[in-house]
Amino acid sequence: MPDWPPPVDDRLLSLDASGAITLYAARDRESGRLVYPPPTDDDRFQLEPLPRDGTLWSWTVQRFRPKSPPYAGPEAFEPYAVGYVALGDALIVEGRLTGAALDGYRIGMRMMVTAQRFERSDGGVQTTFAFAPTEPSA
Amino acid sequence: MSGVHIIGAGIHPFGRTPQRTGLQQGAYAVRQALASAGLDWRDMQFAYGGSDAAGKADTMVSELGLTGIQFINVANGCATGGSAMFGAYATIKSGEFDLGIAVGFDKHPRGAFDPKPAEWGLPEWYGDTGLMLTTQFFAMKIQRYMAMHGITAPTLAAVAEKAFDNGTLADHAWRREPVDAATILAATMVSDPLTKFMFCSPAEGAVALVFASERKARELGSRSVKLRAAAVRSRPPGSFEVFSPALEIERGPSPTVIASRAAYDMAGVGPEDIQVAQLQDTESGAEIMHMAENGFCRDGEQEAWIAEGATRIGGRLPVNTDGGCLACGEPIGASGLRQVYENYMQLTGQAGARQVPGDPRLAYSHVYGAPGVSAIAIVER
Repeated sequence: MPDWPPPVDDRLLSLDASGAITLYAARDRESGRLVYPPPTDDDRFQLEPLPRDGTLWSWTVQRFRPKSPPYAGPEAFEPYAVGYVALGDALIVEGRLTGAALDGYRIGMRMMVTAQRFERSDGGVQTTFAFAPTEPSA
Repeated sequence: MSGVHIIGAGIHPFGRTPQRTGLQQGAYAVRQALASAGLDWRDMQFAYGGSDAAGKADTMVSELGLTGIQFINVANGCATGGSAMFGAYATIKSGEFDLGIAVGFDKHPRGAFDPKPAEWGLPEWYGDTGLMLTTQFFAMKIQRYMAMHGITAPTLAAVAEKAFDNGTLADHAWRREPVDAATILAATMVSDPLTKFMFCSPAEGAVALVFASERKARELGSRSVKLRAAAVRSRPPGSFEVFSPALEIERGPSPTVIASRAAYDMAGVGPEDIQVAQLQDTESGAEIMHMAENGFCRDGEQEAWIAEGATRIGGRLPVNTDGGCLACGEPIGASGLRQVYENYMQLTGQAGARQVPGDPRLAYSHVYGAPGVSAIAIVER
């Protein structure tokens, strides 16, 4: 079992002993609306785990290194895929994509949330989330 | 309530002008607009002005003259120019004043914008992990639209090719060289499916428009167009906007759709009546989607429209006749007013080599930006 570094945000995600990741949204107690990322106001919002599976709603590839700030990733840049995944009937969540070739993603693909190491340009390492195809692509 | 007319228009060339600050470009555009209307700064009773990143508009009175004018600064992000125009529209319509000016200008550094998560109410990790890029949003919006409505990559390229062709005909455009569709398609991919020639760049420039009441316009005998509608709308539930960590499952219309409907209602005309349109083209896909969001065609029909050249000068509905943001660049505070400037030039027959044939009378402009705001103006000669 890999040893996962601290999450990028404690309220955003958690990892269980086996390394399985859960993403969280928050339910507005007044309006019943699901809000993501979860706000910090516990009086008004209650954390709620998001479904782990969904379908790819759209995607693109980040082909150049984003400006820093805000980007805090390493100086050496590798393009990465980004997408939105419709998680059950909860929300369509944006995140990095992993597990397929950069041009191997298709709208409608079955995806699942997975933990990903995020190396910072300042030397720190954190755990973030990504979405990967449920069935590995050929 | 008075009718509202635009009786003069001025522009500082878009692109890069190292020798002038943004404010100086703004003052330049004001002088051009006044000259076009045959008026003096002292004649102006009010001004609305703004920039996103190039200073406080009202300080240009030190260059233009300390006349004591009512000068209101406008800061409304990507709709700054549109909002300045809306201020002028409402001021004249109410009868408060009958002669004034709206000015928008900007001067951005090179390259993509670099937003800060906290200023957008977003957590740091969103920026840290490389999700906070406007280019990703535009790419993912058109990527899905292409899959849902059968739009192809060559159509994206055709939009950019048209923009650069039109830019060669516009004195104020930044990009004045044609680029063919094959080169556009084969260029460096920025964010799939969009290559570098399909994106506009932050730039510099300024535009000013002189507004007058119906009575004043008649009295001055100016070359004028009537502002039939000016509508600014923010996002409704379920719209897809830049910097959205999540979207609701139930999708809704865009701010453009509701602003557009409001503008058609106000003007008492429909999309079929419009003879020339300037549509927000942050990237080629945006122009395609905005054709449908503004009611000019149904989703997916753009593929055939563009193949037939319907949106070229001389086509059924010429779109972005000065090359739009793709050829002019995007100085945020000036961009929406540039569209109205272009429509003024087209309707008053002053557009020169890019003049839309057939003596057009009704023109439409649409600016859209973060975090989900659209401004529409409909003008008629």
